[in-house]
This record gives sequence, C-alpha cells and structure tokens, in this order.
Amino acid sequence: MTKEVSSPDGLLTIVDAVSFSVETAETLAITGPSGSGKSTLLALLAGLDVPTRGSVILGGLPFSSLDEDGRARLRAGRVGFVFQSFQLIPSMTAEENVRLPLELIGAEDAGVRAKQALADVGLAGRARYLARQLSGGEQQRVALARAFVVRPTLLFADEPTGNLDRANGIRIAELLFDLNASYGTTLILVTHEKALAARCGRIIDLIDGRIVDESIHE
Amino acid sequence: MSWSAIRIATVLRAFRRTELLVLVAAIAVAVSASSTVGLFTDRLQGAIRIESATALAADLRLESGRSAASLDLMEREAQRRDLQTGRTTTLTSVVHAGDIAQLTSIIASDGGYPLRGTLRISPTLYGPSQSTQDLPPVGQVFIDPRLASRLKVNIGEIVRVGVSQLQVAAILADRPDRGTGMAEVAPALLMRGVDLAASGLIGPASRATYALLVAGDPDAMDRFSGWVKLRKSAAEKLLTVAESSAQLGSASERAGRFLHLAAITTVLLAAIALAMASRRFARQRQDEVALLKCLGATRQTIIRRFAVELMAAAIAGALLGVCLGYAAQSGLAELAKTFTAVAVLPPASVTPAILGVITAIVMMAGFAAPPIMELARIPPARVLREDLSGRKIPLFFPALGAVVSLLAILYLYVNDLALVLGAGCSLALVTIIYALIGNGLVLIAKKIRPDSGVAWRYGMSALARRPRETTAQILAFGLGMTILLLLGVVRVGLLDAWRGALPATAPNYFLINIAPTERSSIEQFFSEKRVPIDFAPWVRGRLLSVNGTLIANRMPKSDRGRAFAEREQNLSFSADLPPDNELVEGQWWSRSSGLQPAVSVATEFRDELNLHLGDRLVFDVGGDMTEAKIQSFRKVRWDGFRPNFFLLFSPGVLDASVGSFLAATHLDEEGRKALLEFDQKFPTVTVLDIDGVLNSVRTLIDRAAAAITYVFAFTLLAGLVVLLAAVRATADERRYEIAVLRAFGASRLQIVSGGMAEFAILGALSGGVAAIASSAIGFFIASHWLGVPWRPTWSIWLWGVSAGTFGVTLFGTASTWRMSATRPARVLRGQNS
Repeated sequence: MTKEVSSPDGLLTIVDAVSFSVETAETLAITGPSGSGKSTLLALLAGLDVPTRGSVILGGLPFSSLDEDGRARLRAGRVGFVFQSFQLIPSMTAEENVRLPLELIGAEDAGVRAKQALADVGLAGRARYLARQLSGGEQQRVALARAFVVRPTLLFADEPTGNLDRANGIRIAELLFDLNASYGTTLILVTHEKALAARCGRIIDLIDGRIVDESIHE
Repeated sequence: MSWSAIRIATVLRAFRRTELLVLVAAIAVAVSASSTVGLFTDRLQGAIRIESATALAADLRLESGRSAASLDLMEREAQRRDLQTGRTTTLTSVVHAGDIAQLTSIIASDGGYPLRGTLRISPTLYGPSQSTQDLPPVGQVFIDPRLASRLKVNIGEIVRVGVSQLQVAAILADRPDRGTGMAEVAPALLMRGVDLAASGLIGPASRATYALLVAGDPDAMDRFSGWVKLRKSAAEKLLTVAESSAQLGSASERAGRFLHLAAITTVLLAAIALAMASRRFARQRQDEVALLKCLGATRQTIIRRFAVELMAAAIAGALLGVCLGYAAQSGLAELAKTFTAVAVLPPASVTPAILGVITAIVMMAGFAAPPIMELARIPPARVLREDLSGRKIPLFFPALGAVVSLLAILYLYVNDLALVLGAGCSLALVTIIYALIGNGLVLIAKKIRPDSGVAWRYGMSALARRPRETTAQILAFGLGMTILLLLGVVRVGLLDAWRGALPATAPNYFLINIAPTERSSIEQFFSEKRVPIDFAPWVRGRLLSVNGTLIANRMPKSDRGRAFAEREQNLSFSADLPPDNELVEGQWWSRSSGLQPAVSVATEFRDELNLHLGDRLVFDVGGDMTEAKIQSFRKVRWDGFRPNFFLLFSPGVLDASVGSFLAATHLDEEGRKALLEFDQKFPTVTVLDIDGVLNSVRTLIDRAAAAITYVFAFTLLAGLVVLLAAVRATADERRYEIAVLRAFGASRLQIVSGGMAEFAILGALSGGVAAIASSAIGFFIASHWLGVPWRPTWSIWLWGVSAGTFGVTLFGTASTWRMSATRPARVLRGQNS
C-alpha cells in the first residue's frame, strides 16, 4: 500500500508500496529513523488512516475499505493501543481510563475488569488517582492496562518507552511482552530502539517509506 | 457505545472542566435574567391589573340605564361562578341643606361596594382621612368635601335627599371609582340603597344608572367577561380593567419594554459567551475524541457522549438560572408592591420557568452543537499526529438556525415582534461592525511593528498571529463593553430623562365644565394666587361618517373601536401641536393654511377605525354637521398628564361651537387650600383631583428605574461571562507561546507586558466602538420608547476608552500572569491540562 499527502511542495509519498502480512500471535517491530513513515504505517495498519492506494486486510476483512465508523467498530474490543505520549484522559482517574474501552463495548463487569487490569500492572493502589497526578512510568502502565483490559487480538504500540527514563522503559517493555505472551496477542510495535525491536519475532526496517530490510528472530 | 455506557459519573466528571462551567454560567445567567423578567412582569402586570381595577371599584362593571332587574341574570351567573358581586345605583339629583340646593351625584349601595380599592373618609373638611370598607349606616351619608362646602354642612348635620332626611356621617375624601374621566360633573354623596328607595327619587322616569360590580381571579374574570359580552344588550355598558387607568398602563408598558430589552440583551450576550466557550470546549476535547475513536467509538457515540454532557450542563444551568430567577423576582416583587396600592401581589406563574428551561436547551443545541459536530470529525490518527484536525463544517446555517430559534423564544417572552427583531438586527449590525474592525486590526497588526519596545511588538504580533481569535475577542469585548456602557452611563441619563418627562409641576388638577364667560375670571383667580393654568377648548361631538360612509356601516369589531364610533367624543382645536404630541404622519397646519377644515387624529383612534390621511370625517357637533379632512396623525403621550384629545381640529372649524373649556393646573399643598374658595366662587366648575394617579405613575417610574437597574445586573453578569469566555478563548495558544518564550529566556515581566499591550489595544478599540454603539442604542431607546429627549455626552467616550483599556487589560493580564507561572517544561511536554 501507498500513502501520499499533499504539501506546498506537491505530493509527498509517506509510505511507498509497502506490503507484508502478520500472523496471529506474531510480534512485529517496525523500525527506522525519524521521518521514515513508521507512525503513518502504524496509523494505516490500525485503520486510523486510509492508504491512497492498496488496502489493509484484517482477519480476512477489507479493513481499509470500510468507512471511519466501520473501522472504529472493527477496532472496538479487538485492537489495543499504547502510545508514546500515553494518551490518557487527564481529568479521569486511572480506573476510569482503563474502563473506557470496556464501556465502549458495553461490558457489564467493566469495574471489576478494570481493577484487575490495574492490579496486573501493579497499580491497584493508584486506581482513584487522576491520570495527571501519576508519574510518566505509572501513566504508561495505566495505558498498558487499558490496552490489555479488553483482551485484544491485536495490539499496536507506538514508541511505548520513548517518553520514559531507562528504568521505567525497561519495566514497561517487560510488562508489554509479558502481557502479550499471557494473552497471545498479535503485537505490532513501532520503535527506533534496537533492543526493544530485538525482542520481537520479526523486524521490518523502514527508510523514506519503503521497506529496506526484514529480519526474523527466533 | 450504548446509551447505558454513558455513565452518570462520566457526565459529572465533565463538570471538572472550566469550559463546561463557563457554559453552565452562561446558561444560568441567560435563564435567570429571562425568567426574572418573565416572572416579575407577569406579577407586575397582575398588580397593575388590580390597581387598574380600583378605578372601577371592581374587575368588571356592567352598567344599565333601564332597571336593576336587567342585571339580575348576570349577577346570578357571576355568583354561580363563585365571583364576588356588588350593586350600585347612581343618579344625579338635587340635595338640600336648609335653603341651599346643590346638584349632586348620588351613589347608593347596600353592599359589595367597593369590591376593589377602599373608601377614604374624614371627620373634617379637607382634614386627614382614613380608609374604610364600610358603607354609611342606614339613615346616614358620606359626602364629598365640595358638597359639604357648597351646602355649608358639617358632620352630624342633616341633608335632604328626595323626601328623606339623612345625617352626614363623614366627609368622603376619596373613593376608588372617582375616576379621571370627564363624565362626572357634580360632587358625590354615598348612601345606602334602602335609603335611596325610601327617598322617592327612584321611579319609572328617573334617569338612574344601575351597575353590577364583579371581581375574582383574572382567568375566571376573563371567562366571565367573554360570557357577558355575548349576552349583554346594546343598552348595557361593559367596563373592564383593560380599559381603565390608561396612564398607569402606558408607564408600565414603557417599564416592561425596558425590562424586556435587558432580558433580551442578556440572553443574546450569554449566547455569544456560550458560542465562544463551546468552541474552546470542543478544542480541548480533540485529543479525547481521537483516542475514543481509536478505541472503537463511532461518530454517533462521540456525538451522544458530548450531547449528554452539554445537555446536563444546559439543565444544570437552567435549574440554577430558574432558582436565581425566582429568588431575584421575589426581590423585585417587593419593589412592585410599592408600585401600587396592592398589598399582596398575584403569585408568579410557572410559564417563565418552563420557557427558561427551553431557552437553555435551544441555546445549547444551537450554539454548542456546531462545534460538537466538528469535534466528531476529528480523525483518529490525531493520537499519533497532534496537528491533524477535523474537516470544518459550515457554521453559518446552524448559527442562523440557533439565532432564529432564540429570537422565537424571546418573542414568546416579550410578545413584541418589533422589539425582538430590533434587538436581533441591532446585535447583528454591531456584530458585523466589530467583525470588520477585528479584521482591520489584524491587517494593521500584520503591517506595523512598533519600535517602542518589545512588549508592544509582541502584543501587535500576537494580534496578527491569531486572526480568528483576535476578531472573536474584539467582538466579545466590544459587545460586553457596549452593554456595560449602556448599563453604567446611558441608563442613568435615560432614566433621568424619563423621570424628567413627568416633572414635579405636572398638572394634578383638571377643571372641567368652564363656561366661555367664566374663563377670564378663572384665569384671574389663579393669576392672583400665582398659579399657572392652561386652557383648552372642549367640544362634544359624535362621528357620523367617514368618506361619506355612515359610521354604522363600518362599525369596528373591538369594544374600544365601537366606543370611538358610537359615543360622543371630546373634541378640541389648537393652532400649535401640543406638548406630549408627536406627529407620526402628515403635516401640522400652518397659520396661513387655515382655510381648509382639517383634523389631526391620535394613532389609537386611527388604528381602531382604520383611518387614512385625506379621509373626510363628518361630526355631529351640537346638531350641526362639521366636516374635516384628516391632515395628520399624532402619537400622544398620555402619561404626561396634560389635557390631550384623540381629535384635534384646525383653528376656525369648531370655534363657534365651543360650549366649555377644560383647564389643567398644578396645585401644591398651599394651592389646594384655595380650592374651597374656588368651589364657592365657581360652583358650576368641576374640579378633578388626579394627584393619586399622578403619584402612582411617578412611583411606578421610580420603582421601574430601580427594577431596571436590578435586572441590568444580570446583563452585567452576562457581559462578564463574555469577557471571561473571550479571554479564555486564546488561553491554550497563549499558554504554549508563553512556555516557548520562557524556554528562550523571556522574563515573566516581559511576557506579562506583552500580554498587557495586546489586551490594551483590544480594550481601547472595543471601548471606543462600544461608546458609539451604546450612544446609538441609547438614542434609539430615548426617542422610540421613552419619548424623551436625550443626547449622548462626551463622558461616554472617556468611559468607553478608559474602562475598555483598563478593564480588558486587567482581566487579560490576570489570566496571562497565572499562565506565566506554569513551568515551561510541563506545558511543552503536553502536561498543561
């Protein structure tokens, strides 16, 4: 697939004829320097944006040909996200942030599941804290709890340790892979950290929107 | 997301956000102002109605010249409807005391008189009086002071009425239905009905008027009045409160319009605050929407979620507003009690409260919905790229729809289309002017970079960097300042002018039935007492035809129109347009164009009879046919208390027909003592004391001025909410800019100085334009509503520019100062929420 955007200098190709497939429970890292198109590719794969040409097929469904609401419905309860900037709602408590995806799918036991998810990331005692009252590491743990609380089949993580110090980064990475292993989730991870990428089963290296290298780790 | 997924806690949590609180405040201010005015005018109208009813001594009065029995059916029906009833018999007859005889207006009743208002009696002539609900005992009478003076009788002495000898029990100082009309020419005597029956005055040939008095609650009275209208005979005359006390009604109508203007302005201002606050509300929620979409929320889910939040805010604002409105109107009701003699005001109805809630929902749906619709278009990819925003939707039609809906609701409040459209159009005009000025300022700011320091340079460049926000701020500050100037400066001048229109020396006594031969003696009598007096010729005449069509063949449908057509009218003539008269159509006659018989007609008469310029009217004046062409229409200010006429002829038409003169004068305490002497010197002249009505109107104006100030406090609040919303409109960009500048080493002082410069430019410009706008609006109110002369003063410029500069700078700087205290790193990391 290809993604082009218009700019004052003309049409820019951000993702250029990229094609690959990901198996269930596989872990895939997309790496590359800044401006290589990693985040745009992630947005296309997650259905947050649509390609100019080509398509994304999710579980046999033509994901990218659906309209925005159709893609949102498909994501609900199946897709989880972890972002570099955490993307918690600051005026909500930790527990309320974790409940959010459950509420969207109308889960009746949202409260219990949210509490359990927070306990899984070691934040049971912070459930009633507002997101903005938590440290960066704690906020990303809440984001992990929110991502896994719906037991997603597919998880997208965009530079999950990018905003954290080294110790917190390691802790988050551990949690991410542990939870992924526990739930058998397919993981697509965007990162420029080689060590983090190396923990994935496969690595795709992107430069100027093109796949320049692909390696498989045992 | 299902409806059930929108949890109460989530909605309550939204109230932690300042922007939602600004929305609630805007709604609360709008609803409280409109419901206060609605509730208050509702009750005031009820009080005026009761006050007016005292002029009839009842809510409804049905008079018959035939027999008392003809009113029996109506009385039984009134009693069946649980209404209070009473009966009076009135006739004019000669009353004797010794050798002296005096033509007297005799009023007899056996109960139920008066049903509204009270009698005031005094033990001495022109002495202090006290109110009483009791009629004189059988065998006794209350007599008018003029009658006592002319008959030379005191309390306890005997007067002869017909064949009966009756004792004077008290001086009748006042009675509610004494009236300000011109029909009653003889002094009054009040006696019992049984005594009248025994007097031998009532017989088949006696010209008595029998009246049925009815009183009850307004709705029941309206229904009964309708029932009576269908069944009464042509010989029976129906008088209701709507037709009485024209002067009081006129003043209260002016007060009501002023109050309604305050409410409309408040609601429209609050709508502006709401629109600004909702834009920021939507902007602050963009990241949240993108996240929700990532997690699987559809557009419908997003709209539902925010619609619930906004409706919760609308309901919270409406409830708060209605509570404030009820509390505020009870304060106003205390004032209203002093407007009238009514001790207990009618209860407030729930309609204004219901309208208040509807206003809140329409305001929220109309002004907050468009930003929410835009919010639903935010792309989910914004979670990865913050610069992404949704496609803009055209805002013109939703905003137009909202404004039209709001104006429709305001029309329900005030029931005055011209007022609502006038306010709406004025606001639109002022908005366009401010928008143009805002755009102009942005253009200037882009081109000019002053050399007078970094603060001014930063201030000017800030204005140019945010063109939309600059325009919106100019608009909001300007409208806020316009209202504040109207409130603080123009209102004071206008109310003074209104009070001045009814000076302390306004006529409080009318002299009627002055024979042409008496005029010079009366003029001399008052001249000796150094009391000025104005005379007007007074001719009685009946309209016969319009353009050759008999009036009977073009009879109006309304009661008032029929009265104009059927009854004898008071006619007069004048070479000059009298004071309190404004020519609205046609031309006044000049002294050289007096050959053509012409008439000038009051607008009320014109509207009821559907008359046009050039129509030929024929009158029967004392048996002679008098024809005149309509040359002009006049708007008469009836609450000026000068003698005024619906029909005023050009000089020369009626001169030969003048039967009598009417005079008006102002008598102070000292002057009143001369009345006794006047009565004895000019016994055929009737003196009407209108001091009571004059005082009622004067009190009404004073209290209405206080009420208007009270209601304008809500407008002031709305203005402040607009200012708050306007300052906050750029808060996010400002916070980020400040953080960047701080990161590059700008001191807090430099940043605050730059903000001050920016707000000072905005404030000075808004204040200057607000001075023009408020002067124009003030001039319109003075000339079109209050009918008083008023010119804006230079002080309004001084106030406008200085208050604008200092007020906006202070408001804006306070906000910039707080922002500059935030650590730059926090803001730049996106932790500024």
